[in-house]
Amino acid sequence: MSADERRHVGINLGAADPMAHRDAERAAFGFWVFLMSDAVIFALLFATYGSMLSATAGGPTPAGSFKIGSAFAETLVLLSSSFTFGMASISMKYADRAERPAPLLAWLAATLILGLSFIGMELHDFVGLFREGAYPSRSGFLSAFFALVPLHGLHVLAGSLWLIVMMAQVAVFGCDARVKIDILRLGLFWHFLDIVWIAIFSVVYLQGLIR
Amino acid sequence: MSLERRSEMRRYAVGYGISLLLTGAAFAAVYWQKLGTMTTLGIVFTLGLAQVMVHFRFFLHISLRRSARDDLQLILFSAVIIALMVSGTVVILLNLRARMM
Repeated sequence: MSADERRHVGINLGAADPMAHRDAERAAFGFWVFLMSDAVIFALLFATYGSMLSATAGGPTPAGSFKIGSAFAETLVLLSSSFTFGMASISMKYADRAERPAPLLAWLAATLILGLSFIGMELHDFVGLFREGAYPSRSGFLSAFFALVPLHGLHVLAGSLWLIVMMAQVAVFGCDARVKIDILRLGLFWHFLDIVWIAIFSVVYLQGLIR
Repeated sequence: MSLERRSEMRRYAVGYGISLLLTGAAFAAVYWQKLGTMTTLGIVFTLGLAQVMVHFRFFLHISLRRSARDDLQLILFSAVIIALMVSGTVVILLNLRARMM
């Protein structure tokens, strides 16, 4: 792996522009600091969830509430959205400033559709849980569940809104250095959310469904 | 299409493929559960951890070799913080629960 490949795929603002390149490195690092502080929040919610796992207070249990099929479908959708975002990063890197960045917009739109369908599926799950009497105030287990999983959903929602904003900026300004740095950060955010989801499906859904 | 671009696309495709395999294996281990509870849990957590590392490697471009950035050190530091805080929380809360039972 060469030094150039080790850099973020998105950072290629042209060999003639080392200033912009250094700015992008700094912007990405600052965003990593935010992501890691977000990871600490999620990790502590996971710890709370783990210690609340058996605190069902005679109410719905993990094994009774979760459906493996919808958890699997949500995982596939989010994983595919990470892949489409990767394709977006690559088309951004090689976008010609003169041409219209149509492939970039198309990949971002695909990511947005996948993100929104993920949110829709998750909401559908939550409605089903509420119908079965599994609401946050029912037990410690459900409080911890509804603190953790919908927080990830809110992050995906925020990421989707950010995607819409970036698509508008790409359409208006084209691929200038500022827009590229922002899409780079959005990409880090999006891939990070997928990593949090790996922890959610392993710790929450699969652990809950093991007999 | 340039050689570099193709190799970058291949990296994402490889990461996507490995992730799909690991996800499928974890769900299959639970869906067609043959082994005991703790063994299956261990398999699921190991596969999850492996997939997290695959995502860091192929999607976030963090490698264990000398990185061009300080990101790796930041991530490892955060991992230490998270391990300390999570294990402390779990130990104390489980201990409290055991005493209250």
